[in-house]
Amino acid sequence: MTVTMTPRRDSTQNKASAADTGGGRRGRGRLKEALWGYAFIAPTGLGIGIFYLWPVLQTAYFSLTEWGAFGGHTWTGLDNYRRLGSDPEVGRALVNTLTYTGLGLLSIPLAIGFAVLLNRKGMRFVGLYRTLFFLPVVTMPVAIAMVWRWLYNGDYGLINYLLSLVGIDGPNWVADPATALYALVVVGVWSSVGYNLIIFLAGLQAIPKEYYEAAAIDGASPLSQFFHVTLPLLSPTAFFVSVVSVIGSLQLFDLVYVMAGSGAGARANPAFPRLETVVQLFYDRAFVTNDRGYAAAIVMMLLLLIVVLTAVQFRFQKRWVHYA
Amino acid sequence: MISPIHPATAQGRGMLRRTQDADVEAVERGLLSTLLVVSACSGGGDKKAADPNAKVTLSYGVWDANQKPVMESLAAEFTKTHPNITVEVQLTPWADYWTKLKAAATGGAAPDVFWMNGPNFQLYASNKVIGPMPGEADLSVYPKPLTDLYTFEGKPYGLPKDMDTVAVWYNKTLFDAKKLPYPKDDWTWADFQDAAAKLSDPAKGIYGTAAQLGSFQEYQYDTIAQAGGYVISPDGKKSGYSDPKTIAGLKFWTDLIEKKSSPDLKAMTDTTPIQLFEAGKIAMYWGGSWNVSEFSANSYTKGKVDVAPLPRDELQATVIHGVANVVSTKTAHPDQAWEFVRYLGSKDAAEILGQKGPIPAYNGTQTAWVKAHPELKLQTFMDAVNYAVPFPVSKNTAAWNEAELTYLTKAWTGEVPTDRAATDLAQAMDAMLAKE
Repeated sequence: MTVTMTPRRDSTQNKASAADTGGGRRGRGRLKEALWGYAFIAPTGLGIGIFYLWPVLQTAYFSLTEWGAFGGHTWTGLDNYRRLGSDPEVGRALVNTLTYTGLGLLSIPLAIGFAVLLNRKGMRFVGLYRTLFFLPVVTMPVAIAMVWRWLYNGDYGLINYLLSLVGIDGPNWVADPATALYALVVVGVWSSVGYNLIIFLAGLQAIPKEYYEAAAIDGASPLSQFFHVTLPLLSPTAFFVSVVSVIGSLQLFDLVYVMAGSGAGARANPAFPRLETVVQLFYDRAFVTNDRGYAAAIVMMLLLLIVVLTAVQFRFQKRWVHYA
Repeated sequence: MISPIHPATAQGRGMLRRTQDADVEAVERGLLSTLLVVSACSGGGDKKAADPNAKVTLSYGVWDANQKPVMESLAAEFTKTHPNITVEVQLTPWADYWTKLKAAATGGAAPDVFWMNGPNFQLYASNKVIGPMPGEADLSVYPKPLTDLYTFEGKPYGLPKDMDTVAVWYNKTLFDAKKLPYPKDDWTWADFQDAAAKLSDPAKGIYGTAAQLGSFQEYQYDTIAQAGGYVISPDGKKSGYSDPKTIAGLKFWTDLIEKKSSPDLKAMTDTTPIQLFEAGKIAMYWGGSWNVSEFSANSYTKGKVDVAPLPRDELQATVIHGVANVVSTKTAHPDQAWEFVRYLGSKDAAEILGQKGPIPAYNGTQTAWVKAHPELKLQTFMDAVNYAVPFPVSKNTAAWNEAELTYLTKAWTGEVPTDRAATDLAQAMDAMLAKE
């Protein structure tokens, strides 16, 4: 029985396994491929996990605790978040940060303008101009801030010297509450135009020439070519730049840290209430006043703000972004 | 320009100002050092302390590059008498010192012996990062305000290494130009205000003095003490900023701004008072003994300046501060570490320090320091020790140091009357002290 049974079972099994083998081989191949894939992304994944995700989770946890200066913490629940709501300094820092972010978007039209100019055919010294525009991007932010601080100096600065030539008595740009934030925006925009400009140049060069030829045949002027061909086809680039700029501006720290004064001494700057950003406040709470749980809550609030503003931009991209 | 952290002044200088002068990269470095600490923890830990003849290496944390050589020669001297102990001097620049030390202490890997300052002392002592001194120590050889500064719950936690006091640095050229006599040793607030007014010429951008906000050791704390006020109650539980005498000490400065004997706060934010003084725009600069090397090397101030005592009001007073050497509670070699601290606090060590460093704290060893610059009346700084008051601190000094700036800025700009800014500050500070 067993002898006769065996082959039959075998044959059925074979049939089944034959069908399976095909699938199995494909499955195993797929699995193997997937494993290789994971192996390749593992270093990055591990890096993101250890250096980004884990700290985020830890920070979220710490924001619910109160910390001693040398570690050791007690659970306080939502206390830190309740404090956020009633802390006028947090509100002030948020308003400053959002103002800075909004005004910082000015660098987008500027960058588009310069990119179009630099993209013109037959333009001389293009390499030189591109280098000049890109120079602030590769310069250390602290060095930039220090040079600008000197330019802005009320008594000895170059800007006020030039103004004095035409009879204007310039203010103490970064120490005067009326001008300080705008003075900083100028530096921020100036130092980010170069980076955005390079991205827009790449975007411009990806636009097929045929569109311009067709537009020219239809009798479109250069100006209407710009508005009807260039701008719409540049919108995906603009979208990218805007998302990146907003995230960058929300995290502004170094410029303020150096230009407002030195470190926590910046608080002796009368314009400090107009300059303080969320990250600056976070730094003060975490590293100056030893209030780390609260600092964690501040930075979680910033994370939320970044997520929301980025989501809003993605939501509204349908209205103005054209993918060719 | 950014107010530079002059390496030359990095010694005992206005602790407050330096608490605030941190580097941009401090955050990142702090995080990085945490990681390093974690990896370092798994390493060390030789527990051969039982054998008194075992070879031991102590780590010694300091923040002043200028003093590193003299600290190294002190370490070498110590090894001569203690051949089994070698000391490795670890320099961390001021800007990163406290961030890094905090991270290291949190990870249990602070140096065996390290420099401590007043504003940070109680934070470290109350969290048991540093421990009280074992055995007996003769503290009478150091100025009392200094040993008091490093006493916590009645016990000394280290020995003072050096000290600094405050005086008025004045520009003789500007005094001569106005045909004013140089300040006398017994001058008063009225004399100072009078001289400041006469020396000022706002049209030319020259002022009698600069009412700095940001370095309280040289400015506000001194005038508060002179007026008979106080910054913090002796038990560390109450702010003194609502006291009328304390407010008088603050008004001394805001009045000078109002009368245009000092640049306004905006101008002093753009160009720091020390920069103005070194450019000949300020006639009288309240500075410390740590400014000696700076002003005797600067090409403008060299030969043009001298020192006068701080003017007196109700009292004659200056704030005294100095660095102390302390021992980590986590050290594997407590006996050897304390032995080294005792050596650093000895007369022999003080004499070596005084030749090429700051003013040594050990009484009677300061002659070498005074004689180093015969052209300046440096004895003024030594005489000030007799009427010096301690530097005001509590457990979390940094928290209310920040509040001092936040609230008093409004008084300095004239946005809020000085007395109201001070009472608001007192309230905020009391709330912080209650939490300590």
